[in-house]
Amino acid sequence: MVPDGAYRVGLATVAAVFALLLLAFVTSLVVQARPAFAHFGFGFLTGTKWDPVHGHLGALTFVVGTLETTMIAMVIAVPIGLGTALALAYALPRRLQAPLSMGVELLAAVPSVVYGLWGLLVVAPAVRTVLEPALAKLTGGHEPFGGIQEGIGLLLAGLILSIMVLPTLVAISRDVLIAVPHEQVEGAYALGATRWQVLRRVVVPHARAGLLGATTLATGRALGETIAVTMVIGNTVSFAHSLFAPTATMASVIANEFTEATEPFHLSALVAVAVILLGVAILVNVTARLLVRSVGGRQRVGLGVA
Amino acid sequence: MTDPMIKPELAPGVAAEPELVPPPSPMPVMQLRDVSVAFSGRPAVRNVSFDIPENEVTALIGPSGSGKTTLLRSLNRMHDLVRGAEVSGSILLGDIDVYGGSISPTLLRSRVGMVFQRPNPFPTMSIYDNVTSGLRFNGVRRKALLEEAAESALIAAALWDSVKNRMKAHASTLSGGEQQRLCIARALAVEPRVLLMDEPTSSLDPVATKRIEELLGELKDRVSIVIVTHNMQQAMRVSDTCAFLLMGEDRAGELVEYAATTKLFGEPDDPRTADYVNGRFG
Repeated sequence: MVPDGAYRVGLATVAAVFALLLLAFVTSLVVQARPAFAHFGFGFLTGTKWDPVHGHLGALTFVVGTLETTMIAMVIAVPIGLGTALALAYALPRRLQAPLSMGVELLAAVPSVVYGLWGLLVVAPAVRTVLEPALAKLTGGHEPFGGIQEGIGLLLAGLILSIMVLPTLVAISRDVLIAVPHEQVEGAYALGATRWQVLRRVVVPHARAGLLGATTLATGRALGETIAVTMVIGNTVSFAHSLFAPTATMASVIANEFTEATEPFHLSALVAVAVILLGVAILVNVTARLLVRSVGGRQRVGLGVA
Repeated sequence: MTDPMIKPELAPGVAAEPELVPPPSPMPVMQLRDVSVAFSGRPAVRNVSFDIPENEVTALIGPSGSGKTTLLRSLNRMHDLVRGAEVSGSILLGDIDVYGGSISPTLLRSRVGMVFQRPNPFPTMSIYDNVTSGLRFNGVRRKALLEEAAESALIAAALWDSVKNRMKAHASTLSGGEQQRLCIARALAVEPRVLLMDEPTSSLDPVATKRIEELLGELKDRVSIVIVTHNMQQAMRVSDTCAFLLMGEDRAGELVEYAATTKLFGEPDDPRTADYVNGRFG
């Protein structure tokens, strides 16, 4: 038998090691990023010129690229994801619920490089030949659907990202929706509510904090997604003036350039981009967790989510 | 919210010669004939027949497993929400066949309201929104109508005085007993003909229980009440008529005796009823 004290000390040690690792990780990142931050100051965040050879390094293009791809992804994924979750939780016959739920969870397990490859080889040609011409027709070739139709670019990156965050969004939202107490649902039916009214006026409001949490966690995943985005976004250091244009994100520029970053400032600048990305990701994740917690501890959330 | 389909109006001239016609015994508000309920083929209630008198309190009593709640929930088609549940026999509301297809489950449930074991106000809504939720489900939009109905229902549920100055507060700020009275008010606001109550005081303390019991007597003029209770003293205190159910063969609930409460507790016909009401089992 292990005495209580030893048990406690053992666990505390393990926990402390983990905390120290985390601290060391963040500290080393900040130390490495320091030269870039010190040299460029606030201009690092606002500068748009990224020219490692001549020592002009500003990360705004990538920050904007990350925010844009994430926004496109969420605009597409949120309505589809919440709708699917509602259907899985309340509308579909039970025979279909289980296999579909399993399918969604399987999609979450697909490695992102596979999504990237699929995006590049299958989705990109379809976007180039079908989606982009159709969208361009809508605006007569003007922004935001103007320019060269290459397939690869901001729109494709957002599209692939939306498909990648859908499983997370659907799985958590479904759990949150199922966790709405049965007596709430019955209470509404007993007042003469229709199925749609029960969902809209009782179930969704009851689950809204959890749904917001699911959305935020999915946003976190979209912000940090690297390899698939790198494969389909085009990787040019320029603002995308059209949804069709290639650009780059914080994650993609790091993945793309770290092997060739020989200038010390260049490497430091990439780490600095990583620090910014980390800050944004932590902020989003903490927000999500707070939101989900406020809805009650019953939900199974945050498992296997970035 | 009167519905001509359900509340047939008296044809003019019917009461022309009241002296000559003996006063008709009032028509029961609901009639159950050979009602059986099964879940996935397993019977839970079998062949129950009795009438629910208008403007009275009818209690369903019996030990656990006797099918009281199952029977109650067949009256407003709550079993429609359960996969594999099957109700057979006939249940009439006035002269409308509840399961006959001439009335939708949603309309039926606005005519036959329900209060549950545990208070279940909608926690995301204010007190006012809770009380008016049923009306809004049924398409009532006019503010004046909603406000009037809310006040009337809250007065009837003896909750008006304590909430009239905080109608915008969340329902979760109320005590358990107040929450249950809010649920009663919420059900009353739709002006149902029948109010089903499934052990409405089982999660409440004695003081809150007493207030609800007193309330039942006051509500009778407004709505016919069917209450499920495992508490025989409560059934004696609040009900006019009593139906005693017992688990019969293959575990399905059956009706043993149906009588005026005073008779059922005083001089029951069936020895099993006598055993139960005298506390010899259950």
